[in-house]
Amino acid sequence: MAKKKFGVHPYIPNSVPEVRSEMLREIGAGSVEDLYATIPERLRLKKNMNLPEPFLSEFELKKHVEALLSRNTSCEEYLSFLGGGCYQHDVPAVCDEINQRSEFLTAYAGEPFEDHGRFQALFEYQSLMGELLDMDVVNVPTYDGAQAASTSIRMASRITGRNHVLLSDTLSPDKLLVIRNYCRSDLKIETVGHCPVTGRVDLEDLRRKISKRTAAIYFENPSYLGCVDDQGQKISDLIHQDGGISVVGVDPISLGVIAPPSHYGGDIVCGDIQTLGIHMHFGGGHGGFIATRDEERFVREYPSRLFGIEETAVQGEYGFGDVLYERTSFADRDKSKEFVGTAAALWGITAGVYLSLMGPKGMQEMGKTIMQKSQYAAKRLSEIRGLSLAFPEAVFFKEFVVDFNKAGNSVKSINKSLLQEKIFGGVDLSDQFPELGQAALFCATEIHTKEEINRLAQSLKKILGRSRKAHIVKKGKRG
Amino acid sequence: MGMDMKTKLRRFHQARWDEPVIFESSRKGERGILVPQAEKGIEDVVGDGISKLPRRMRRKKPPQLPELSQMQVLKHYLRLSQENLGADFNVDIGQGTCTMKYSPKVNEQFVRSPKVSALHPLQDPSTVQGILEILYKTDLFLREISGMDRFTFQPASGSQATLAMASIVKAYHASKGESEQRDEIVTTIFSHPSDAAAPAVLGYKVITIYHDESGLPDLEALKKAVSKRTAALFATNPEDTGIFNPKIDEFTKIVRQHGGLCTYDQANANGSLGLTRAREAGFDMCFFNLHKTFSSPHGCGGPGCGAMGVTQKLSEFLPVPVIRFDGKKYLLDYDVPLTIGKVRSFYGVVPAVLRAYAWIMSLGGEGLKEVARVAVLNNNYLLKKVKEIRGASAPYAEGQHRIEQVRYSWERMTQETGVTTDDVTCRMADFGMHMWSSHHPFIVPQPFTLEPTESYAKAELDEYVAALKHISDEAYTNPDIVTTAPHQSVTHRPGHANLDHPDKWGITWRAYLKKCEKGLRKRIG
Repeated sequence: MAKKKFGVHPYIPNSVPEVRSEMLREIGAGSVEDLYATIPERLRLKKNMNLPEPFLSEFELKKHVEALLSRNTSCEEYLSFLGGGCYQHDVPAVCDEINQRSEFLTAYAGEPFEDHGRFQALFEYQSLMGELLDMDVVNVPTYDGAQAASTSIRMASRITGRNHVLLSDTLSPDKLLVIRNYCRSDLKIETVGHCPVTGRVDLEDLRRKISKRTAAIYFENPSYLGCVDDQGQKISDLIHQDGGISVVGVDPISLGVIAPPSHYGGDIVCGDIQTLGIHMHFGGGHGGFIATRDEERFVREYPSRLFGIEETAVQGEYGFGDVLYERTSFADRDKSKEFVGTAAALWGITAGVYLSLMGPKGMQEMGKTIMQKSQYAAKRLSEIRGLSLAFPEAVFFKEFVVDFNKAGNSVKSINKSLLQEKIFGGVDLSDQFPELGQAALFCATEIHTKEEINRLAQSLKKILGRSRKAHIVKKGKRG
Repeated sequence: MGMDMKTKLRRFHQARWDEPVIFESSRKGERGILVPQAEKGIEDVVGDGISKLPRRMRRKKPPQLPELSQMQVLKHYLRLSQENLGADFNVDIGQGTCTMKYSPKVNEQFVRSPKVSALHPLQDPSTVQGILEILYKTDLFLREISGMDRFTFQPASGSQATLAMASIVKAYHASKGESEQRDEIVTTIFSHPSDAAAPAVLGYKVITIYHDESGLPDLEALKKAVSKRTAALFATNPEDTGIFNPKIDEFTKIVRQHGGLCTYDQANANGSLGLTRAREAGFDMCFFNLHKTFSSPHGCGGPGCGAMGVTQKLSEFLPVPVIRFDGKKYLLDYDVPLTIGKVRSFYGVVPAVLRAYAWIMSLGGEGLKEVARVAVLNNNYLLKKVKEIRGASAPYAEGQHRIEQVRYSWERMTQETGVTTDDVTCRMADFGMHMWSSHHPFIVPQPFTLEPTESYAKAELDEYVAALKHISDEAYTNPDIVTTAPHQSVTHRPGHANLDHPDKWGITWRAYLKKCEKGLRKRIG
């Protein structure tokens, strides 16, 4: 096929030859190549880049990309019970309507007067999160919950001047990798065990490990393994006794019904906002929040932008601006608190829209529905012969660990079978938490109907029955 | 009546809705959306669900969120959106270094398809082959564009990519037993602040090189800065000045000779596509901001993607997982022997990668070169026109062409009229445009940084220049109109009385109200 000629491109107005000539004439240059005179020959790329032939028409491009995307099977086509840090919740239409607005989508860093809209929307996001968390200071979002946890820990270390940090050992392995990398140079990280029956933090172990050197304990509520820990106040008291800081990670969508960490001694509260009106995007929908009390020693340690409400030159007019701008790396480069830049502002605006739509009642009802559905799912699954709950005495919010050790087959293999039934089973924990043996983390939310949960249970029952039969046949043959 | 074709100025006024803070519009009892209720069959089995919570874990008082009906929430946020100036509206060439180019709408359709938005990152790989192929192929494209050997899309911004590069620097030297010894990194003052700030998080001492009188980083200063303590160079080329450093390979050579690695901040690579690459300049790593050069929109400040590439010898340090192709299918591989671990959840901001893929596929190799050529053409055209404006100048490299951007100065105008670059920024808003000064510290006095990219038509560049010229004329004849601007923007000049004082700052509505009640600050309005 002959190479398509690259002519005038719709994304490049001044690719029109006459315009180019006119501009070159103005500049006083003979050709565009002349403009590159400062790049020495030895640094020039001599060959053509080996890239595919382009789809110059939008129509052909669409055909091409859609064909690729059609090879994906989404959680709208299959029934999914996956969670583990990324969650399928309902996304209200207004959330998408707002975050696709050109004014927000294509803006970046305009001034407080001409970009008043994003300043106000993000100030409102901070304020709405403040109500949800019952705290007075919330940042403009950082990258994700893992970054929020990492920064919260570093903030605690700076505030206390200490470098020993305790982490609950039920963190997601991925989050642990992020934290370890971010704290690799100067923090000593130690993990604290958990109770095998309730999934709660092991207070004895915590007591043993806390000392006057400890900057913070970081634990999550609910934990990655789904368990709600009702010892928050005790944990906070223990760390406070030795002058450390209580850092708590939460799923914000649980806070209509579950007490926020500020009610049980949490000093720095962090988490991910993906659950608040943002699609999963194959893991691309995350944003991280960090919240504290309104105390100078906390506020000074944020690396993030903090938008504050401010007057303008005109009496009575709302304006917004950066609080303590001098903390940030924009102002003070390597002498600043960590660093700041592009992160997840559009998701912050979206989460603000979500909380505005939900209101107090919506968040309460959301929490209730999720707890009912997940409890129902847990009950149905634990009734299946060969399955049980890994933490039988745990209270959970939307995720729970199912013990597959007596299922007669590995989670991996059972999930493959579920796939045949057009179901994405729970997150396989067998490699992540070897002490659990064969186990999977299931997630049920407001989007799952009773029939869908029943379908999961029936499918599992069928698959387990089949493998039990196969097992008996195999055994019989061998005997 | 349209725009004045003689002056090329618009009689512009931005939307001004005087929108209350959303809490002020709350009416008790209103609902913005209803939530699915559990079916009776479920309630019969598990009850109300929340009684399971230990009493002390139950939220006693509902969160004090505002209560509004749906249309009123929509209207509020639509009004706020109108009070924001996106690149789709203005001639957004005034945010130099940020590469505010066109983000094609068809790409938005792709990322909003449930075939992407409703994918869970832990689905069985057999069900996500399409998106994995896109990630894999985009890696191949960027290898070709940079000369690096493998990319990761995990970093969600340029700053996070810088952190990832610093992490690899650390792990690399640790693998050689030199992590303790090599505790310094070298960067330049005209590089992004994060090139200094992110390595500092990992404990590096940062040495900042300044430029010589040509505006280029001072080679002699570099020679003095490097030693056996040098872990790496964090450099940009061209820097914020838009001047290409022809000795960049000498810089990398010197650092390499001292055992350091060389990392390249190519957040903005818009003038270099297909013309010059990281590999030939001697770099071991680089990153591209897919939300700059590769057209993903900025979203008011993210989410973005800092696609980071490394040479073969550093690929064993990449964050996990990496995407591989076994000849039949695409897989996520966690087996990276000396991995730094992770810098972000899952695989990064996948929609940004998809947009970059589609953008590259819409242009091809020739198209990418055309992007660079026109970006440079536009920039030098603008340079010619801005230098003709009274009071404006382009410090350094007199008589030379620049690559994709220029840092200009209003120093002369400030000296002659008292009108500052901040004043001009305020006044530009009255014509529906934005003019950014630069990062701190202001090395170039009264700076402003323009980067026209390939996306703007000549007439738009002329309009922007006309506004600058008009404001310069005002500065010399009627400075008050500039120093009291903006007049036709959403709001007016921001105050600063409450932002730095712990008793006064209001970072949430509730904190602000408390401080007003206590009499620590006055309620606005």
